[in-house]
Amino acid sequence: MTARSFESRVGHALYAGRRWHPAELAFWLLAFAAFVLLPSQLLLLNEIAILALFALSLDLILGYAGIVSLGHAAFLGMGAYAAGLFAKHVGGDPVAGLLAGMSAGAMLGLLTSPLVLRGSDLTRLMITLGVALIVYELANSLGWLTGGADGLQGVAMGPVLGLFDFDIFGRTAYLYSLSVLFVLFLVARRVVHSPFGLSLRAIRDNPLRAAASGVPNARRLAAAYTLAAAYAGAAGALLAQTTQFVSLDVLDFHRSADLMLVLIIGGAGYLYGGLVGAIVFKLLQDAIASFTPQYWMFWIGLFLVLFVLGGREIIHGVVKGVAGRLSAVRKGAVR
Amino acid sequence: MLTILFDGIAYGMVLFVLGCGLSVTMGLMNFVNLAHGAFAMLGGYVAVQAMQRLGVPFLASLPLAFLAAALVGIALERLIYRPMYAKSHLDQVMFSIGLVFMAVAGTDWLMGSGQQFIHLPGWLQGRFEIAGIGIGRYRLFVIAICGLLAFSLQWGFTRTRFGSRLRAAVDDARVARGLGIPVNRLFALTFALGCGLAGLGGALGIELMGLDPTFPLKFMIYFLIVVTVGGTSSITGPFFAAMLLGVADVVGKYLVPEIGAFIIYALMVALLITRPHGLFARART
Repeated sequence: MTARSFESRVGHALYAGRRWHPAELAFWLLAFAAFVLLPSQLLLLNEIAILALFALSLDLILGYAGIVSLGHAAFLGMGAYAAGLFAKHVGGDPVAGLLAGMSAGAMLGLLTSPLVLRGSDLTRLMITLGVALIVYELANSLGWLTGGADGLQGVAMGPVLGLFDFDIFGRTAYLYSLSVLFVLFLVARRVVHSPFGLSLRAIRDNPLRAAASGVPNARRLAAAYTLAAAYAGAAGALLAQTTQFVSLDVLDFHRSADLMLVLIIGGAGYLYGGLVGAIVFKLLQDAIASFTPQYWMFWIGLFLVLFVLGGREIIHGVVKGVAGRLSAVRKGAVR
Repeated sequence: MLTILFDGIAYGMVLFVLGCGLSVTMGLMNFVNLAHGAFAMLGGYVAVQAMQRLGVPFLASLPLAFLAAALVGIALERLIYRPMYAKSHLDQVMFSIGLVFMAVAGTDWLMGSGQQFIHLPGWLQGRFEIAGIGIGRYRLFVIAICGLLAFSLQWGFTRTRFGSRLRAAVDDARVARGLGIPVNRLFALTFALGCGLAGLGGALGIELMGLDPTFPLKFMIYFLIVVTVGGTSSITGPFFAAMLLGVADVVGKYLVPEIGAFIIYALMVALLITRPHGLFARART
């Protein structure tokens, strides 16, 4: 085995991960086709797309960089309030508002990243939780700016790109959210397969060794955290723009906990985990809400407990197993 | 001013009773039990129900709260907590958050979402003055009970055989097991004791912090601060942490009500930043 063939094999393996799988194409085609296929469910689909973007954001730091967070709602709320305030005071252009939300999220991420980089998993959990609670309290007490407990009202949105007005059926909202999700997904896909993304995974798997091979751990993690915060900010902005309302609920602790459940369902560490998880989670929520609307919290708790007791990679494992079998079948056919 | 301080101390005492069980279980099994507040809530509801439905006097409802929480604690430890010890912190956190959510929604369903109140006996109501300091009778009672508990816990922890075994197991569970200390049984007992204390604290705290189904979520952060700041290897650490927290919270809310709970969260983040490693991961020497 010469060194060159080893290098080419590594290169090939990396390339294989980067290539578009037919199933991925089918996934996105289906997502866009849902607009035509399920015209009565567009509001739910819009929520799914936003939740998927939010989950993608957590997956970037949890699945790829190994940073645990219980306070991801802070960035969602930041983005939501920034986009809402932007629409209220500056202008109703959705894309500009989206950028405002993303940069607000990213700013908060950048500011808090030095706190998160310290300590063990447990300290991180507590600090992210603490930051989220602080942001919640801030939004609550700055009533003149955020509307406090009444929520931010009077968010009026202009048409997307100056062409498509938002309507009550969620037609524009879904296409808008899905497009944003798709574009950001492409960026994330590029990022995780770049040398930067590989170095994140190296840090996740063995920080000491990554540092020894010359990876600047702290800076890379801070960058990943900021990027994820920007993604969560984008999800918040979409939420604010498509519902044209922002309430303290976007910062609530249950948002962060829900998000954990989404990633547990979908599996962390591959980009589709958050997307699949978001779909399953929302459908589950919708189904349960139709017969017991009040006690959703109980069910979410039960699912968390069961998933952890049963091993949280169940669904992820099944998906992987199926994918592995499919690819094995395909290889067999090629040979 | 001194009256506020006095209230803060009473509040801190209750926080100590609520949180000390958590700090021991965390230190012993390295298990993050965010559901600790659920046991406190259970104790509180048991006390309220016992007094309202069965006409149990206030003093007798306190041991009931302790017993109920301890028994449920033992049962849960046996049934569902055990498999969690070997899992990662993230798993444990999500598991216990799931338990909290179930407890919150379940209590809401069983008891309704309203605030619960208790009727204090006449000799615990009102306040009197000593040297210009207004002292609430109930607060004094709470301080007396919790102070007594703290002392006996400290005594048990440092002077009895159970305490020395416990300290050995907290220091290094593997070696303790090798020396023939039944760590698992020790842990089950401690867990029950911690849950019972939480239940007692929940019952004592109804008058001071209120009781409704969101109790475990609202006060989760307080217990965590007590544990993170106080450390897990002694009784005195969490005690002083709880005092600090109680006084800071009460004084902050009296003097600058507009920023409210903000002080507490800022305090926690600041403490975690300045001592990121010394809180959960004890230094191995």
